Amino acid sequence: MSAQFLQFLLAGVTIGAIYALVALGFSIIYNASHVINFAQGEFVMIGGMATVSLAGAGLPLPLAIAAAVLLAAAIGLALERFAVEPARGASVVTLIIITIGASILLRGLATLVWDKNIHPLKAFSGEAPLRIGGATLVPQSLWVIGITLVIVLLLGWFFGRTLLGKALLATSHNRLAAQLVGINVRHVLLASFGLSAALGAVAGILVAPITFTSWDIGVMLGLKGFAAAILGGMGSGPGAVLGGLVLGIAEAMGAGYVSSAYKDAIAFIGILAVLVFLPSGLLGKRSTDRV
Amino acid sequence: MAWKSALTALLVLWLGAAQAQEPIRIGSFLAMTGGAAFLGDPEQKTLELYVEKLNAAGGLLGRKLQLVSYDSAGDAEKARTFAKRLIEQDKVDVIVGGSTTGETMAVVPLVEQAGVPFISLAGAVVIIEPVKKWVFKTPHTDRMACEKVFVDMKARGATRVGLISGAGGFDKSMRAECLKVAKGQGVEIIADETYGAADTDMTTQLTKIRQNPQVQAVLNAGFGQGPAIVTKNYRQIGMTLPLYQSHGVASKEFIKLAGDAAEGVRLPAAALLVSDKLADSDPQKIVVAQYTREYQTRYKSDVSTFGGHAYDGLMLAVEAIRKAGSTDRARVRDALESLKGYVGTGGIVNLSPTDHMGLDLSAFRMLEIRKGDWTLVK
Repeated sequence: MSAQFLQFLLAGVTIGAIYALVALGFSIIYNASHVINFAQGEFVMIGGMATVSLAGAGLPLPLAIAAAVLLAAAIGLALERFAVEPARGASVVTLIIITIGASILLRGLATLVWDKNIHPLKAFSGEAPLRIGGATLVPQSLWVIGITLVIVLLLGWFFGRTLLGKALLATSHNRLAAQLVGINVRHVLLASFGLSAALGAVAGILVAPITFTSWDIGVMLGLKGFAAAILGGMGSGPGAVLGGLVLGIAEAMGAGYVSSAYKDAIAFIGILAVLVFLPSGLLGKRSTDRV
Repeated sequence: MAWKSALTALLVLWLGAAQAQEPIRIGSFLAMTGGAAFLGDPEQKTLELYVEKLNAAGGLLGRKLQLVSYDSAGDAEKARTFAKRLIEQDKVDVIVGGSTTGETMAVVPLVEQAGVPFISLAGAVVIIEPVKKWVFKTPHTDRMACEKVFVDMKARGATRVGLISGAGGFDKSMRAECLKVAKGQGVEIIADETYGAADTDMTTQLTKIRQNPQVQAVLNAGFGQGPAIVTKNYRQIGMTLPLYQSHGVASKEFIKLAGDAAEGVRLPAAALLVSDKLADSDPQKIVVAQYTREYQTRYKSDVSTFGGHAYDGLMLAVEAIRKAGSTDRARVRDALESLKGYVGTGGIVNLSPTDHMGLDLSAFRMLEIRKGDWTLVK
């Protein structure tokens, strides 16, 4: 394996892990409500911006991170309670439009509460690059990949072993049946928004040392995370991770071996191709319509 | 009803005075809000501050100055509407404005037709090339930035250049200009990579440039967070070739974002950015130091080159009106076109019928980042 190939691969994996984290957030809310939450990118932004401003105010980094994740989760809960919940009878499309409105509102608020500047965040464990067989990797990438893995495992445990997790899964499979066996689907929806907001915030904090953070960082990361979620199969946890990694690596290889000008185009053409042949994504449930 | 007649008398007096002392109207449309607010905001503040200062010093030709400005929010369509209003309704004597190239170009046909002197504050070379009768501009062009960088590269013995640029309007325009002027400057661009507007990792593109053993120096034509990421990635993959950035990131913000990785990066910038580091003998020293002091005293924030462009625009208009001895639009335009040796924040301006910007390469200073601060490259 040439050093060049390895460098492209490492770049792809780093970006891919970021996309995967954002994609996971999409999947959780989708599972609970079939809503695609287009404000997911904004939770990424809130995580990063809140950490930067709290750390800037003198809070130790771990504390600032915890506070930022809690803040994002609280905003996620508020979004569900005050915007999605009142419209619960409405169609899924209406709910999606509500989340688009919320994302615009959150971006606007961020420019007022914080500012329109781009902010750096100190890397968790230094900036000295690690050398791997002629290629290099910044330590922060290991944080991103490592935490993504931990979160995937935690989510697996949560959905497989805890009552709330099982309730969430049950709701995703059949809302009415879940309600009939005594699951409070409203609480499940609330929990899913809080959880995915916290997840988005974690993603935003982890990537801030690599990508910087600003009021509008959520737009593009949200879009790429959405693409990764679709690619992997909307609603599937492992699918989100796989989708993120495939998207990231496709972008890096496309830029490296074909042309950097068509990097995004290559990635999105790949997604289109996957969707044509596997409409439910790489690991999505094969849905069959009953008539 | 004594107060009513008193008020009427006051009004009549005031109107009479106004008629005798018709102010000189400076029209402006700027991107005070929106995505380009970082341009329009300091520009508007600068115009307000100096119109006030000029009036306090007795005005111009014995008349007061009046600033009429509108917020175009960076929107070319709004800029057109406001320019129309400035010309037809407000009957301004000269227009100083247009934060972005888009706004400026939308207004050009209007001012050309109405015959109003227009000093644009936007960057692109298309504004003054080909020369338009009524249109002038104060900022440096991206072509000059390319030339300045190439001259410095050659001085360091580098003639084969790797170019990496973003997908934004600024980036694209500068990339095109650099490709155009490279040959004339005796350098060859042998790698040409691009990245997306919201990309978060450029190690791939930089690795490709590194794979080319011919490359002797790298230039990043970019704007926003992209160049800071490029700089960090550049150090990450251990590249040691000289790295150049553009005037698009000539602010302390860039050093803050790129951190230690910015060490040794060179970029062209206006003298205003390093007003405290200029030699006392520098012809621009007095004007940039004074503008910096006055702006900071008033607004308690750092000066930017954009505010400087507005300062130059206003002062050029004032000089031209003074030289013309009237506000007759045609005479002001002729006076403007013949202004020589005006020392502004952007450089020494020598306008002529063939050059409506009037700056040469000496307007740019080559800076190197050392220990988190700018230093002048001799």
